[in-house]
Amino acid sequence: MTARIGVVTFPGSLDDRDTQRAIRLAGAEPVALWHKDKDLKQVDAVVLPGGFSYGDYLRAGAISRFSPVMETVIEQAKSGMPVLGICNGFQVLTEAHLLPGAMLGNNHLHFICRDQKLRVENAETSWTADYESGQEIHIPLKNMDGRYVADERTLDMLEAEGRVAFRYVDVNPNGSLRDIAGITNEAGNVVGLMPHPEHAVEPLVGSGRTDGLPFFTSILKKLVTA
Amino acid sequence: MSRTPLDTVENAAATPDVELPWAELGLKKDEYERVVEILGRRPTGAELAMYSVMWSEHCSYKSSKVHLRQFGEKAPQSDALLVGIGENAGVVDVGQGYAVTFKVESHNHPSYVEPYQGAATGVGGIVRDIIAMGARPVAVVDPLRFGAADHPDTKRVLPGVVAGIGGYGNCLGLPNIGGEVVFDACYQGNPLVNAGAIGVMKHEDIHLAKASGAGNKVILYGARTGGDGIGGASILASETFDDAKPSKRPAVQVGDPFQEKLLIECTLEAFAEKLVVGIQDLGAAGLSCATSELASNGSGGMRVTLDDVPLRDSTLSPEEILMSESQERMCAVVEPEKVDRFLEICDKWDVIATVIGEVTDGDRLEIFWHGGKIVDVDPRTVAHDGPVYERPYARPEWQDALQADDANKLPRPATSEELKDQVLKLVSSPNQASKSWITSQYDHFVQGNTVLAQPEDSGMIRIDEETGLGVAIATDGNGRYAKLDPYAGAQLALAEAYRNVATTGAKPLAVSDCLNFGSPEDPAVMWQFAEAVRGLADACLQLGTPVTGGNVSLYNQTGEAAIHPTPVVAVLGVIDDVARRTPVAFQEEGQLLYLLGDTREEFGGSAWSQVVHDHLGGLPPKVDLERERLLGEILISASRDGMIDSAHDLSDGGLIQAVVESALLGGKGARLVVPDGLDAFTFLFSESAGRAVVAVPRSEELRFNDMCGARGLPVTRIGVVDSDAVEVQGEFALPLDELRTAHEGTIPALLA
Repeated sequence: MTARIGVVTFPGSLDDRDTQRAIRLAGAEPVALWHKDKDLKQVDAVVLPGGFSYGDYLRAGAISRFSPVMETVIEQAKSGMPVLGICNGFQVLTEAHLLPGAMLGNNHLHFICRDQKLRVENAETSWTADYESGQEIHIPLKNMDGRYVADERTLDMLEAEGRVAFRYVDVNPNGSLRDIAGITNEAGNVVGLMPHPEHAVEPLVGSGRTDGLPFFTSILKKLVTA
Repeated sequence: MSRTPLDTVENAAATPDVELPWAELGLKKDEYERVVEILGRRPTGAELAMYSVMWSEHCSYKSSKVHLRQFGEKAPQSDALLVGIGENAGVVDVGQGYAVTFKVESHNHPSYVEPYQGAATGVGGIVRDIIAMGARPVAVVDPLRFGAADHPDTKRVLPGVVAGIGGYGNCLGLPNIGGEVVFDACYQGNPLVNAGAIGVMKHEDIHLAKASGAGNKVILYGARTGGDGIGGASILASETFDDAKPSKRPAVQVGDPFQEKLLIECTLEAFAEKLVVGIQDLGAAGLSCATSELASNGSGGMRVTLDDVPLRDSTLSPEEILMSESQERMCAVVEPEKVDRFLEICDKWDVIATVIGEVTDGDRLEIFWHGGKIVDVDPRTVAHDGPVYERPYARPEWQDALQADDANKLPRPATSEELKDQVLKLVSSPNQASKSWITSQYDHFVQGNTVLAQPEDSGMIRIDEETGLGVAIATDGNGRYAKLDPYAGAQLALAEAYRNVATTGAKPLAVSDCLNFGSPEDPAVMWQFAEAVRGLADACLQLGTPVTGGNVSLYNQTGEAAIHPTPVVAVLGVIDDVARRTPVAFQEEGQLLYLLGDTREEFGGSAWSQVVHDHLGGLPPKVDLERERLLGEILISASRDGMIDSAHDLSDGGLIQAVVESALLGGKGARLVVPDGLDAFTFLFSESAGRAVVAVPRSEELRFNDMCGARGLPVTRIGVVDSDAVEVQGEFALPLDELRTAHEGTIPALLA
């Protein structure tokens, strides 16, 4: 058997099909979910993909967080369903308070698209188990509002609890505090990051590396052996 | 305009002496008289609005039409062409049942007035052209030209244009995979913002802009119509900028990429369910264009109730509604029994859709407002029977002196030290420097099919995951060459784009062009235009790549000073398996470097003459299209058979520029030896066309040389891929670190 992993399409989602492809390449079954539909179609996990949902109006992720599908996602995430938020999806997760902190505009005020070096700081989450702790990987980054911020106390707590999942290495591309690229919740089932692992799954396209594939194999193994 | 009482057709017939503001709307006196003659009465205000925008230079091609005919008359036989010139975009067969549509357009004038929105809506417009053909857009490219890199106004225009392109294209989820950025003082008051897009569909999904079948409904969907961009086409794009006139800011449209993204998805869903008979996007000239083109291309007439158009501003007059260029709108013709489903799909995507009229069995386009008939015209007279001008043209008297000012006679570097300094100066000059500060503001990963993106020779997109079928696109133009000789300059632009596509391993199939020139009312400019079109048509015939469509942008002129004639040529190619693509970057130390083609002393219009001597004169490089074709065949065969690991075309900046780029991208240096019969300077800086440099694994050396020898392509071994410097033996060595600092530091220092 394999796992069914849902990918939500909001109006303005862009990397939804790409995420479905990555899930398929990892050997799982991608399931398209629609923002107006509360039904999660019995998926085992959910990915909130990148894009500009609702045009990033008001604030990136601020409107999507109130969409019907998110009601169910929030509820299920709290009872342990694995959820991954990529880029705009990470922004939605912080707006939904499933993850702490917020994303501000990049400190250089430009959109930035680059193949970014990261260090995996926590290889024990549902989405990172196929990495080694401390492993350095390259994952494409592309966003306008990628600067992770939180108050000092929250940052200290994240560090102390090992909840910083990924950190930028060599270059901090957007001014994120403590070079944070991605974080996890306490239980390790909800992970959000700004870089796009779904664009590093085939040697021929995208960044030309496959450093992002373990996200999807990690979750598949977890779900299949569970 | 006349709003009370309503200027109906009846009213117009009864009040023949009413003066209409035809001159303010950009019509010439004889053009207005022609409208009166066609109608047999004075036009209503609404009719005048329609004729004025549709007969503008931008929409009617009235100055260029007589020349553009050559693209049809001289079109090469091509089995690949499915839809040619005249539709929203051309369509090319790329095999395996797939068709690709692509086009390049200009948004020059709006981008100077308001860089961000001008550039953003340029992307929006070209993408709608692609959707209107039935295709899913898969990539965009942006050939850009600005004034001098260190001019203060460039710092206003360029960042705005780049942010606008990124802001719009990134939000649409379209990878930006190619284009150019060129600086030249001649573009100071007239930056060129050209935008290209590619779309993919299956053959059976091709859609056309025509309204057929009486009783079929005309549905306007997308954004509400507002007061933005009114008269943009007629006033902005068709007259020379003049300081004395009032600000034209309100004539630039404002874009909303989120709305366009929804429009893409809902249109494709409607196509998939076969709900659409005909479709047209609303771009320049808005509803005037969409209704008259749909009606005139179809078999019947059309009746439209303007009151039903959803408005953003309820005070708009009917004339303004007809002229508005509000973005993110499309018009579909749908059979009555499919209207409900069409509206349902629009509703799913939260897109406003309204039936505004229907196809009739007559031959008139009739438009109603508040119960009165305000337009009653033969749509063909609006859309297709605009004025055609045989503008006078003459070779400018300064052309001879320009060509006589031979760049080959400029002082050359006398010592190795000087040679090295000039190499550094070249690779760090704004035109030759890395543009990654610009291109990193564009998403090139989205959709997950990008095989190659800038700074590669061409952008490449996989279109079938199973088979690896892909398409490549390159856009090129060199205004300096075209200024020296517009006929040759246009051919060199085609040759370079063709070569760039072949260098990545793809077979060139078809051409789109964006012809950027000064005022057609200047006989010298008109001569440049006529020569460029003639050159491009002749070259397309010889290379077997038909022109499928494109765009003409005239009046790129401030006062008396026209831009360099700048034909920008896009070549589309196909590759059976993208796994065979050839990248620019050096892959492995020890691989052999070969120079393909002949190197002559050709410095006219060269980057070297500009960077070192600030000079433009002489003749551009010689054009040899048969050589280009042969070189292309060799590069494609070598890629298919795995004989080369990297390749880079030689163009502006010559061999040294190409080698430095391949070295920096691959993080590996090169050791070069000046071949017999050439001096180091000519070897490094000449811009002879029909050349490329390739890296050949040692195991393939024999086979590769045999192939070139058998087909008669000159091939010269010039060195090897090396560790960490670019060295020209006996002359100089430049460490990669130093080259990288020089090459990558320039643009951020000027613009960041």
